[in-house]
Amino acid sequence: MSGVKLYGSPMSTCTARVLLCLEEVGAEYELVPVSTLTGEQKSPAHLARNPFGQIPALEDGDLVLFESRAISKYVLRKYKESGTDLLKEGNLAESAMVEVWLEAESQQYNPAISPIVYQSLVVPKMGGGTPDQAIIDSSLEKFKKVLEVYEARLSKSKYLAGDFFSLADLSHFPYTRYLMVTPYASVFESYPHVKAWWEDITSRPAFKKVSAGMLGS
Amino acid sequence: MASVTVYGTPLSPAVSRVLACLFEKDVDFKLAPVDMAKGQHKSPDFLKLQPFGQVPAFQDELTTVFESRAICKYICNNYPEKGNQTLMGGRDGDLLAQTSVDQWLEAEGQSFNPPSSALVFQLAFAPMFGFKQDPAAIEQNEAKLANVLDVYDRRLGESKFLAGDDFTLADLAHLPNGHILVSKNEDLFMSRKNVGRWWEEISARPAWKKVVEMQNAPQG
Repeated sequence: MSGVKLYGSPMSTCTARVLLCLEEVGAEYELVPVSTLTGEQKSPAHLARNPFGQIPALEDGDLVLFESRAISKYVLRKYKESGTDLLKEGNLAESAMVEVWLEAESQQYNPAISPIVYQSLVVPKMGGGTPDQAIIDSSLEKFKKVLEVYEARLSKSKYLAGDFFSLADLSHFPYTRYLMVTPYASVFESYPHVKAWWEDITSRPAFKKVSAGMLGS
Repeated sequence: MASVTVYGTPLSPAVSRVLACLFEKDVDFKLAPVDMAKGQHKSPDFLKLQPFGQVPAFQDELTTVFESRAICKYICNNYPEKGNQTLMGGRDGDLLAQTSVDQWLEAEGQSFNPPSSALVFQLAFAPMFGFKQDPAAIEQNEAKLANVLDVYDRRLGESKFLAGDDFTLADLAHLPNGHILVSKNEDLFMSRKNVGRWWEEISARPAWKKVVEMQNAPQG
């Protein structure tokens, strides 16, 4: 099987999501840099790959894909012979739970955590601006409510979708990794099962490798 | 005999997304109301079904599922022989078709949903529940949504439906918010030629019409 090309940046959360999948399945790939600092993601060449002008995009021969969670599923399905099964598509009940917690990441976790990361990390570091504390504070309150649900879940289940590591857990990595380099990392201290889960998933070799390419490593 | 139960009201966009899928798939179901005014969605019994205390929740003989897009995928996977056979993309095992559906369903969830949900709240739910509308939020979200619809318009100039030649979950996912927005500001969709064409086609589907009938019926 020939390799794939991933267009993006190793520091970008959504690129990292796909990088993790590629590493987990041991795929051959090339990371082609697209610089968001210069606005390259809005260039005609990149818009042809991702009409929303975002990173990442994936090229596999003639196939071009965008949306990191969809790309992730494609990678995991394409390389399922590798033996790494993070989707559990052979089991209806298990695959349903993977989809549930992947959606929870998209619709509950991500909207709460990403403004905290954006304000406290991206705004000062990339934009040279001042974090909006009101946004951080209100997002933190929402995030804690989400973490309460995760704490209850992870008290009953080793991983989010069940007793198996899956794409649902993996998908939470990039933004959480960035929260951990902000002062708001301490929020996890109040949620011991979430903290233990985080320590477990970040001990995976794929996570260590992708983490090394991100800011604050 | 329905072994499928959906918890929630058809007036909730997320619930109506699931109902649309059930009608497309010809899967019988029972709708169990959740009295949110009385806080039933935060009751311990309901939190066992949906730990975030939101609707919908879905239960059948195999499992309990929440998050409307996950429920829709589960319905397609668990009832593969029933009703619409192309909601998840082409034939069984067609990875490219399935991936295209995933991609455009993600676009809906990540790009269309946030501004459209904010607008639905401002234009429909805020007045309904006596909240004051926020003109700045309306303007900001209309602008964001306009950018998304511009991308859709180009895509739908090349492709009959978002994921390809067939109506799929990727299109279906847009029906709930689209329906409310078009009723409040038809121009958003209809001023764009390809989006307008697509909207008229998907909103005319019998399955969606059944959902709208449920929404318009007196809510018990």
